Amino acid sequence: MEQRTASILVVDDEFSVRDSLTSWFKKDGYDVRAVDSAAAALQALEQRKFDVGVFDIKMPGMDGIELQDRVHRIDPQMAVIMLTAFASVETAVQALKQGAFDYVTKPIDPDELSHLVQRAIERRRLGEANQQLRATIDELTEAADGAIVGESPAIRKVLALVADVARTEATVLIRGESGTGKELIARAIHAQSSRRYFPIIPVNCGSLPEDLLESELFGHERGAFTGARQRRKGRIEMADGGTLFLDEVGSIPLRMQVDLLRTLETREFTRVGGARPIKSDYRPICATNEDLGRAVAEGRFREDFYYRIDVFPIDVPPLRDRRTDIPLLVRHFVEQFAERMGKPVEGVTDEAMEQLQAWSWPGNVRELSNAIERAMVVASPPRICAGDLPLRRAAPAAAPCGDSLAEVEKRHVLAVLERTGWNITRAAELLEVDRVTVYNKIRKYGLAQK
Amino acid sequence: MPVLQLVPILSGPVGGLVEPLGRRLATVFGMPVEVAATPIDVEVAYDGVRGQYNSRSLLAQLLAHAPKAATRILGLTGVDLYVPVLTFVFGEAELDGRAALVSSFLLDNELYGLPADGALLFERLVKEAVHELGHTFGLVHCHRDTCVMTSSTYVEGIDLKSVEFCDRCLRAVRQKRARLGA
Ligand SMILES: Nc1ncnc2c1ncn2[C@@H]1O[C@H](COP(=O)(O)OP(=O)(O)O)[C@@H](O)[C@H]1O
Ligand SMILES: [Zn+2]
Ligand SMILES: [Zn+2]
Repeated sequence: MEQRTASILVVDDEFSVRDSLTSWFKKDGYDVRAVDSAAAALQALEQRKFDVGVFDIKMPGMDGIELQDRVHRIDPQMAVIMLTAFASVETAVQALKQGAFDYVTKPIDPDELSHLVQRAIERRRLGEANQQLRATIDELTEAADGAIVGESPAIRKVLALVADVARTEATVLIRGESGTGKELIARAIHAQSSRRYFPIIPVNCGSLPEDLLESELFGHERGAFTGARQRRKGRIEMADGGTLFLDEVGSIPLRMQVDLLRTLETREFTRVGGARPIKSDYRPICATNEDLGRAVAEGRFREDFYYRIDVFPIDVPPLRDRRTDIPLLVRHFVEQFAERMGKPVEGVTDEAMEQLQAWSWPGNVRELSNAIERAMVVASPPRICAGDLPLRRAAPAAAPCGDSLAEVEKRHVLAVLERTGWNITRAAELLEVDRVTVYNKIRKYGLAQK
Repeated sequence: MPVLQLVPILSGPVGGLVEPLGRRLATVFGMPVEVAATPIDVEVAYDGVRGQYNSRSLLAQLLAHAPKAATRILGLTGVDLYVPVLTFVFGEAELDGRAALVSSFLLDNELYGLPADGALLFERLVKEAVHELGHTFGLVHCHRDTCVMTSSTYVEGIDLKSVEFCDRCLRAVRQKRARLGA
């Protein structure tokens, strides 16, 4: 993969600093050069340009400040970040006055360093390198767009809404049954929006108890409560510049709805145990599988919060209402799992397809994906046949509850599968076996999803 | 034959995770995993002022002790790691090299005042181990949003990514893996 990535010149007389920064930046995909003195830096700059310079302020001979001065005479666009020991902060401030991009005190917080370098590259607007990065992200997000499979009128309507709303900053509410692809749609909106160079941060509001959800969303300060020995970055803060995806908003406790409503209105939040409000510029996208209007009527959901998030609703129809998409989805999942498993399965037999199209799919696309994945394991290439499909409702022939090891294992495997919503990967993890073993148990005991 | 050597270092609470982690890594990288009792001297890596352990020093020791037969070496530890300019690291690796290192220290919910969650801790550890080993296969950080090779600079960031490589990274790992032989 030959492409021009952003380049960084590290100048520090200490070997350990050069060594660790070089290793760190290389893994971040940057083109790095490290030298031990200002003189060597100037020599390197005679050969080529660098996008960003990371200079130690205190060096024997010419120091970082003077180096910056000389460098800017050669290349005024180079973004210089100064490294300082705690004692020399005053010098660093002087460096800022003379045109340094920013300074950091050693040792540096990795998150801070990573942001700083990104912003420095962004600032060097001439930004050939930056354009390159954007091009890479654009290419990736195009791939993400293509990820929504389907040509039914129902899904086309959804995709048209996605394209419309992506260009705006409007709050979106995605409604639909579980497994219909709500998260995928949220990601598509983000990928088509101008926020795509920043992350989309999902929060599953239904999976956490109230006190944990609060710290998950807002973060907390070190010492905010007993045992909080480290600061925690909340999801709202992580979404700065990007999109905050609040999944299962219907499960947010009433008290937290008040706090969330406030940040939605001001784009400010306060960390738990923190005093000052912090800004975060995010776009909210919410999703729900509940009827929020009814939740409001029943007093389980605040009306003001509901109106705040129900600005641009998108309804995702259940899979049974867009059956013409089933063959396309089947082909998509077969290809995907064939590649992942390294198994040359090319498709499904006609009989299998008939069954797939007739099934009611209460778990929607997720259930279809799981079904294909499971069938792929037992199928003998090149085709999945009807017998490989895990679609029979067949209650396992009224097996009496016994205490034999097999009976206990069967009940346990089934319980874990049910707990994980038949997510084989999760179940395998919980059971501490590999996924093939889970499939074998499913077959052995004739387990089926209810 | 390629082998991944897993080296517990001052194992403490991670002791029980060695076996299950080994099983997961064997599947991901298609290599047998063997656990080695390499004598690593953590005191050499300890910085009394910072109260942390220098990961580059531990990595150098892992390499110095590694038998020729070990295609990849992963050190597994429970201590607080740093590299000289940074306040902390979750792990370290030689880009396109042989050795990598991960620590469970910052992955533990209790450090953040949250209820202990053994399953989550293990999941984070697997992700970081796969990530660091990914670097030894020459991978740099990836921008695909759930790829295990996305960079994580705080612990919650680890929870955002999956344990899997994206298709592109997976292909790169497989190519390199194939060159190591069956
Ligand atoms: N139209 C689609 N094309 C391809 N994959 C889909 C589609 N809809 C859903 N999926 C897949 O199905 C699974 C469930 O989708 P998800 O977005 O998590 O659903 P929800 O958020 O509504 O529960 C995911 O693995 C997703 O990638
Ligand atoms: Zn990394
Ligand atoms: Zn990747």
